[in-house]
Amino acid sequence: MKDMSRIIDHPVLGKMPDRKVLEFQFDGHTYQAYENETIAAALLANGIRKLRVHEESGNPRGIYCNIGHCMECRVTVNGQDNVRSCLTVVKEGMVVESGKQLPNIIKRMVEQS
Amino acid sequence: MSDCIIIGAGPAGLAGAIACARFGLHVTVLDEFIKPGGRLLGQLHQEPSGEWWNGIKEAERLHQEAIQLSVDIRCGVSVYNLEKEDSCWNVYTNAGTFTAPFVLVATGAAEFPIPVPGWTLPGVMSIGAAQVMTNVHRVQVGKKGIIIGANILAFAILNELQLAGIHVDRIVLPEKSAISQKAGEPEEVLKSLLNAAHLAPSPLLRLGSRFMKNEWFRQLGLRFYPKGGMKVNGTPLQLRKAAIEIIGQHQVEGVKVVDIGVDGTIVPGSEEIYEADFVCIAGGLYPLAELTAVAGCPFQFVPELGGHVPVHSEWMETPLPGLFVAGNITGIESGKIAMAQGTVAGLAIAKHAGKGRNAIDHQIEHAVQHVRNVRASAAIQFNPQIESGRQKMKELWEQEYGSKLNRASEERIG
Repeated sequence: MKDMSRIIDHPVLGKMPDRKVLEFQFDGHTYQAYENETIAAALLANGIRKLRVHEESGNPRGIYCNIGHCMECRVTVNGQDNVRSCLTVVKEGMVVESGKQLPNIIKRMVEQS
Repeated sequence: MSDCIIIGAGPAGLAGAIACARFGLHVTVLDEFIKPGGRLLGQLHQEPSGEWWNGIKEAERLHQEAIQLSVDIRCGVSVYNLEKEDSCWNVYTNAGTFTAPFVLVATGAAEFPIPVPGWTLPGVMSIGAAQVMTNVHRVQVGKKGIIIGANILAFAILNELQLAGIHVDRIVLPEKSAISQKAGEPEEVLKSLLNAAHLAPSPLLRLGSRFMKNEWFRQLGLRFYPKGGMKVNGTPLQLRKAAIEIIGQHQVEGVKVVDIGVDGTIVPGSEEIYEADFVCIAGGLYPLAELTAVAGCPFQFVPELGGHVPVHSEWMETPLPGLFVAGNITGIESGKIAMAQGTVAGLAIAKHAGKGRNAIDHQIEHAVQHVRNVRASAAIQFNPQIESGRQKMKELWEQEYGSKLNRASEERIG
């Protein structure tokens, strides 16, 4: 597995122990992750920062707080919407999808009235 | 059914679990993170003694001790409501409802967000997010970063990023605004840094701290503050520059920065762009207290403690029978204080549950004294006025809710 953006050796924390490698999908592509890591960490290690777009504007979003407070990192996991990728451990064969732009029905109704 | 449910598996929650489990109480600890430890996870700094404080190791030690005492620790569980029903508390979570006569809320702190135009771009994160990604997940947050906000937490995590080989290009202030307030005013920032000058992020700050206590010297110091900044651990701390926008198409590409005056006013025409692929916003911490609010606990605004905190006694009791608090929810301090407070709370819960007979009062007082000792010997304080904040809360409790000893004997259960 490519480990370019991982911190394997650390002067105080030591070397990362060997961990089981698994595969998961994000937006139709297959990526590798280590067992027991979060979806957000696995994606960042694969060079992916953009986890969703703002539902109305379509602007890109990624992690902000990384500990479950801000809800910015929500993705769809195995069909379940709005899952916080920073608190969810990635599993073998998991199907993850980024959050998509949605129609703003009420705003369109207001504009038309 | 548990005797006690603890919300938060950080230093306060785990220490609390250990203390009351030692008296034979059945304890369940709930936490929404993937592993126990709370914000101990990721902490890494050198003590004045030269020894390393490794939060991951501390968390493991507490976790093991709790397991040995048969504490039931459940991770990945999010609590969204807390309600009293008869003599028990219902704790509502994504994994069902838990019920117990005692609840310890040890939810810790959250980071103040400082909105900057462009801050929603991928690659912008809170400083704490970078800490967790680096030390817990061991994934690089980027190749070249800029920190917005100069405070103790930012310096501590700057050091951690550097240890992991991640380059932080510079630290600048946020633009002065209604939200950033003093964090956007160089003179106020310098004042707060001087309170921690013995921490010595820079020898210059350390040397200057005595003179700089004087306002005139401080103003002079800032007026002649080097344009390129003073080096903190090799990274320029640019107190006279503020970030006005984070730029990038699909993710962070850089930060637009301007020169600012001593009071934070922007110097016209001074815009510059510094390249970066990640940005950390360091706005400081506030007590994460929503759950005690929905439970109906009264609050008090104590700026020295970090904002609105649930009213509590030195024994970590709240005015609501059976509801206790410990750790950063009661005021922003170090993990060591949180641990010491957790022990107090655990002992107080044991007493309220009718355990320990007469000897326990002495144990609780001893534990309360330990909190004071840890505070007095702390190398850093998030707020230098913390002691006065704690005193305010103590006085408020004594005025409004009377003697804790009376309360405990009146409401003893079982």
